[in-house]
Amino acid sequence: MYHYLHDISMVFAGEAGQGLQTVTETLLRILEKSGYNLFSCTEYMSRIRGGCNTTEIRITDNNCTAYLKRIDMLFALSPLSVEHLQSRITNGTLIFAEKSEFTGRWKAEYIDTPFKKFAIETGSPVFANTVAAGTVLGIIGIPIERLTDYLREQFAAKGADIASKNCTAAELGYNFGREKTADKSILLPSQGTNEPAERLLMDGNAALGISAIAAGCNFISSYPMSPGTSLLTFLAAKSKTFGVIVDQAEDEIAAINAGIGASYAGARAVVSTSGGGFALMQEGVSLAGMLETPIVIHIGQRPGPATGLPTRTEQGDLNLALYAGHGDFARAILAPGTLEELIESMQQAFRLAHRFQIPVIVLTDQYLLDAITTIERKSIKRLPFKSSIIKTKADYQRFAFTVNGLSPRGVPGYGEGRVRVDSDEHDENGLITESFAIRRQMVEKRLKRKSALSESALMPSIIGSINEAATVVIAWGSNRGVLEEALDIIGSKKLAGLHFAQLFPLNPKLKPLLEKRKIVVMENNATGQFADLLSLQTGLSIAKRIVKATGEPFSVEEVVHALKTKINHDHE
Amino acid sequence: MIMNKTPTLFDMPLTTDVAWCPGCGNFMLQSAVKAALHELAIDPKNLVLVSGIGQAAKAPQYLNVNMFNGLHGRSLPAALGIKLSNRNLVVVVESGDGDMYGEGGNHFIHAIRRNSDITVIVHNNMIYGLTKGQASPTSQRGMATPVQVEGVMLEPFNPLAVALALNAPFIARAYAGDVEATKKIIMQAVRFRGFSIVDVFQPCVVFNKVNTYQWFKENTFYLPESHDALDRASAFGLATAQGKFPLGVLYQSEERAVYEDLIDVSYTPLHQQKPPDDKAFHAMINDYR
Repeated sequence: MYHYLHDISMVFAGEAGQGLQTVTETLLRILEKSGYNLFSCTEYMSRIRGGCNTTEIRITDNNCTAYLKRIDMLFALSPLSVEHLQSRITNGTLIFAEKSEFTGRWKAEYIDTPFKKFAIETGSPVFANTVAAGTVLGIIGIPIERLTDYLREQFAAKGADIASKNCTAAELGYNFGREKTADKSILLPSQGTNEPAERLLMDGNAALGISAIAAGCNFISSYPMSPGTSLLTFLAAKSKTFGVIVDQAEDEIAAINAGIGASYAGARAVVSTSGGGFALMQEGVSLAGMLETPIVIHIGQRPGPATGLPTRTEQGDLNLALYAGHGDFARAILAPGTLEELIESMQQAFRLAHRFQIPVIVLTDQYLLDAITTIERKSIKRLPFKSSIIKTKADYQRFAFTVNGLSPRGVPGYGEGRVRVDSDEHDENGLITESFAIRRQMVEKRLKRKSALSESALMPSIIGSINEAATVVIAWGSNRGVLEEALDIIGSKKLAGLHFAQLFPLNPKLKPLLEKRKIVVMENNATGQFADLLSLQTGLSIAKRIVKATGEPFSVEEVVHALKTKINHDHE
Repeated sequence: MIMNKTPTLFDMPLTTDVAWCPGCGNFMLQSAVKAALHELAIDPKNLVLVSGIGQAAKAPQYLNVNMFNGLHGRSLPAALGIKLSNRNLVVVVESGDGDMYGEGGNHFIHAIRRNSDITVIVHNNMIYGLTKGQASPTSQRGMATPVQVEGVMLEPFNPLAVALALNAPFIARAYAGDVEATKKIIMQAVRFRGFSIVDVFQPCVVFNKVNTYQWFKENTFYLPESHDALDRASAFGLATAQGKFPLGVLYQSEERAVYEDLIDVSYTPLHQQKPPDDKAFHAMINDYR
């Protein structure tokens, strides 16, 4: 007997090119329309065909947005996938697979599921994905019409025959699913009890792209690199509608220099890359600091060093982002952790970059970008837009000294002035100087903005009740969901969480939240890069670091375990 | 050396401290550039001079125009970003042979492939000046330097042949010692709609004791009027021929589309664009219902 009253975890596993994404996307759309709380995340290999890719779909009572190690139902479309997932399979895992495809690897406990057989009966093996989607809905007991209606809509353009064959395939799978699991009494978690708010279903990539459009971003120059490429493709897809200039650069060095050139001339420019590409961009970060020219940089992190694990996840580039570029200058680093925060992140980044005339880095990672969940339309925020560009007068000086170090920003061709910028040390006009006196003033000018930048830094979100907590557990970026769920499962008043969506600079008001509490920092890297930063900036010591750098995200189970171990240890 | 006899719209105050060595070819090239821009009656407010790093890259400092003096080798990406942000601007890049063909070599290749409406003037003195006399990509074989102690051994970079191979639409070479002829070539290049390259020979009087004013005079010749600039194959023959170097417009073709047209860049500068209104924004997110 299987009951999944609050939480079902289904995993779809197969080779690259088998169409896993089609199955999971179909299911997510239908489940979302049926009102369930959903979360999905994906891990895949760095290859175009073959290997083993997996997607997890969770249906939960409460809105959970984290990777769960446990698998309740595995849909194994290739024999390799069972081996790949061995450590996550338990006695409770129902494995649906097709016996004829598993020669020599079949086990009696698997449920022989004729994905391909039904597909061929319908007319072609390409319908195997539709059979699989039907099977899943049969198992979990969602009316078949929701799938067939969806399929008719999806395949409308391809003709009645294709649509009808897909429906037949879906029905075959559906009936099989119903029969096979009739004795297993699988109950779905309840649908959301709240007022049916209008919801949207999207992945992190879409949320980030939406954010850039909302921010008025109108220029992207980038070189493709997983997982940073998605922002480039998103903006390319929207370029005609929103007037975004898209240039695929010859390398990352060109990308950031073009972005800074564009920004100098008045564009709202972004560049997107991953750690390896950002390593090449460092000279540009320094240039933006010197030219006091806004630039927004998205780093979709993946495990390093060097090429590392190209398609997997890590939070290992914080130190790189923090220290990139030679010389002293101001910068800000953001690290959104939810769809809501992602949609705010680029808007926030552009605001900071333009207000303070600095480089601003948005750190995400593969896990966050590829994870899919729902967001309520009303929780999508748009920050007000204010242009920071002035019309110049004839005596305009780009680097005029001011009280706060920020000079009014003109652009060439707008007004009577000349806009002159130089990567060499320069005077107020932007011309080369070797005057030590001017150098001193310019260094001060570039750094003066740091205090206002810190004071405007986002405060961390508090998870649970911090007043009673003796220990705070700190996470940043993509680890928000897993920390929330782990703290909820543990349910101890001694623990509260803090999630940072801005990593640098830190707000001076932060320190009182941390003082007199034990600080635990969890992050998806090998050494605890944010723990180091926090300790350096606040002078406080870190009691425990929970780190992971295998290329996988933290699972709910391992965070619960690590935190429970920590509590028990403290009580001994 | 004051080469500027006639005042131009682009003159800086006479008190401007110029970092070039007395007798440097940069002065003559600067006169030619200024005179060309003046005769073309380009509004200095709408002109951006872009450069990288090196002595040649200081050229924009000495003209009263908008200037983006960026990083070593990166003038072309910056120029591209500027042009795409506001295509009404006249964008002229001025940098040296090391900056353009060495540090920025990859950008040179891909800028030609794009064919943005930008003019590139390369100060080619066949030596690294600011770093004190090492070989540049265009140094001729045999010249001994503090690094190439037994003389330069590598094949010199041939910018004209490389540009031709990539089907650059406007390729010229000038000699800075002849200000009048250089001015005319630069005027043609700036007027040309598309990516125009002018490689300008000029002596480095301090570090290059081989390629002097006299040497350039003796080792160059002007293309005859009969030269057919539309003939890519004959241009390639001239660009790769042994012996004296040809001066003038080697190749010019209007066949290639300009990048800004290809990707449909609006004439409204990006700084005048506003973020989408709520209606357009919500229409976009409706895709995720």
